[in-house]
Amino acid sequence: MSGLILASDVNVAQNVGFYIIAAMMLVGAFRVVTTNNVVHAALWLVVVLGGVAAQYILAAAEFVAVSQVMVYIGAVMVLFLFGIMLTRATIGHEDEMNNKGWGVGVPVALLLFGMLSWVVIDQYRDDVITELPAERIASSTQRISDGYLGDYLVPLIALSFVLLAAAIGSIVLARKD
Amino acid sequence: MLAVNFLLLSAALFCFGVYGVIARKNAVMVLMSIELILNSVNLNLVAFALMNDNIDGQVFALFVIAVAAAEVGVGLGMVLMIYRNRRSISLDELSEMKG
Repeated sequence: MSGLILASDVNVAQNVGFYIIAAMMLVGAFRVVTTNNVVHAALWLVVVLGGVAAQYILAAAEFVAVSQVMVYIGAVMVLFLFGIMLTRATIGHEDEMNNKGWGVGVPVALLLFGMLSWVVIDQYRDDVITELPAERIASSTQRISDGYLGDYLVPLIALSFVLLAAAIGSIVLARKD
Repeated sequence: MLAVNFLLLSAALFCFGVYGVIARKNAVMVLMSIELILNSVNLNLVAFALMNDNIDGQVFALFVIAVAAAEVGVGLGMVLMIYRNRRSISLDELSEMKG
């Protein structure tokens, strides 16, 4: 556990970057679930999603990071802002954003976090991720495409049908007639 | 880089998302909390891909990103329809199916 704070035997710059981004993400996630302003929640969500993209780059997954930025920050956030604008008469502060039984969520979340972190620390206490050689990292996008057009070709085609069905379904749901 | 770093961070994000799903009343906020949960799972998948030097985790993460985009589209379509019928998206008022 002491390695969690010091981590002297591993790449220091990577760790410092990790902790800065992680702190930003945790603050953002906390504000997403506690703020009383829907638009502010959406903007804090941008912080979290951008932080996740930065963590992907730290984890040597550049293609996933770029996809994250394009899909989440580009498309999903626009959808959320449209959803907020189309469903709310007043944009801004609102007094009561929580359910009556919102207090139940706190012990549930804390218990879940305690359990998850216990399991994770028990299993991976001192595991250090070995740094991959540069050419291995550089070929990751090529290996992703090999996976998509090789082992995962059928799931990829199925996924395209899922996206088609979702697009048609949301048009049908949201249509005015 | 320690393996527990990524896993603990994504566990924390997951728990924030679970709290948001339980506590929030506005349906759009619940969808945002679901995004937090999906992102924490993605972070785990990418971290395991790095730990095992295996690309499958990243492929799964991309699948999850695509499914999440579809989910947000359909979810917001449903929220829009509920709003149009009831002029409200408070989830605690949707109780017609109670016995």
